[in-house]
Amino acid sequence: MSQSLTTAHNAKRMYRFDLTQRLVARLRNDEAVIGGIGNSNFDLWSAGHRAQNFYMLGSMGLAIPIALGVALAQPRRKVFALEGDGSLLMQLGCLSTVAALAPKNLAILVFDNGVYQITGGQPTPASGGTDYAAIARACGLPGAVWAADEADFERLVQHCLETDGPHFIGLKLDDQPPVSQTERDPAQIRDRFMRGMGAKKSKLPG
Amino acid sequence: MQREQLETAPDGAADWPDQIFDLLKEHGIRQVALVPDAGHSRLINRCLADNGIRVVTLTTEEEGIAQLFGAWLGGEKGVLLMQSSGVGNCINMLSVAIAHRTPLPMIVTMRGDYGEFNPFQVPMGNATQTVLEAMGTLVKRADAPEDIAPTVDATLRMAFNTYRPTATLIGQRVIGAKTFGK
Repeated sequence: MSQSLTTAHNAKRMYRFDLTQRLVARLRNDEAVIGGIGNSNFDLWSAGHRAQNFYMLGSMGLAIPIALGVALAQPRRKVFALEGDGSLLMQLGCLSTVAALAPKNLAILVFDNGVYQITGGQPTPASGGTDYAAIARACGLPGAVWAADEADFERLVQHCLETDGPHFIGLKLDDQPPVSQTERDPAQIRDRFMRGMGAKKSKLPG
Repeated sequence: MQREQLETAPDGAADWPDQIFDLLKEHGIRQVALVPDAGHSRLINRCLADNGIRVVTLTTEEEGIAQLFGAWLGGEKGVLLMQSSGVGNCINMLSVAIAHRTPLPMIVTMRGDYGEFNPFQVPMGNATQTVLEAMGTLVKRADAPEDIAPTVDATLRMAFNTYRPTATLIGQRVIGAKTFGK
């Protein structure tokens, strides 16, 4: 791939909801999208429900491991994990796990606003300059990059869709809040997603 | 033993690890997530040698709970192998299986349980069952070799038939107290 030269400090700060809409608009093949806890999944919800969307309402740091389990179970389906920077910090080791398994169908998108936005915008301990794409590369995901701007993001998403992964895209965010909140019924979210994955055994509709 | 061995592992002649492996195959387990424990070493090797099972070595047990949840969402069954200390690492994550009502079978090799030599293993080993049960897990113990296979079978059945976290605790007495270092 043509490596982006964008670094953490000169990546444009973008609007999470706009980026999420741009991602979803490019999905044509029932790709799975796992939205991480908090505002990451809220904006996925706000971008318009799809049967292949999963919204993680609790337990920080699990969007990438959940996406990994889905990707291993369904190797012919592309799986996107949307995770916040604070959540990734809770589970940085998962990048090594992903690199070791190297699932071709997994793409990791990290929303980095440098703060715990949902609890009042307190800075993360990493906000002083931790470079998540550099961490991902050092963990064994050599193609990990920062998106320079919206157009670069669209190009990188297309690259994820057309080539083997695992992929990693870092996204610097502005401070805009989420558009709305996901309906809070985890069992229903799980059931809908399993139907979207074709994994639900029941033959009944709905 | 010629060498001092600090970790406990089952006797080479013990066949309960093979019985667990047979149960994993019988139940259609496709993903085995684990943080290695000496007590599970033979079972881990059997899983690694099987083309129908994907072994995922985790950096922390928390990852495994999420990965196996993802596996279930995608239509595959999995099981989590860990040591009792690992239960302490992932306790909050059990909410994933509870909130979504999904199966999560765990096979836990006990430390800090019966003749332990390492003081660090005792607090969590002593609390493992209580803490798991406090988080809504159905826990069954096996303290004799002949009890292990039926208990693991029950743990797998209860997880996949009743959609919740379940655990078999394999007592340290079975795993082999005789191989302690000192």
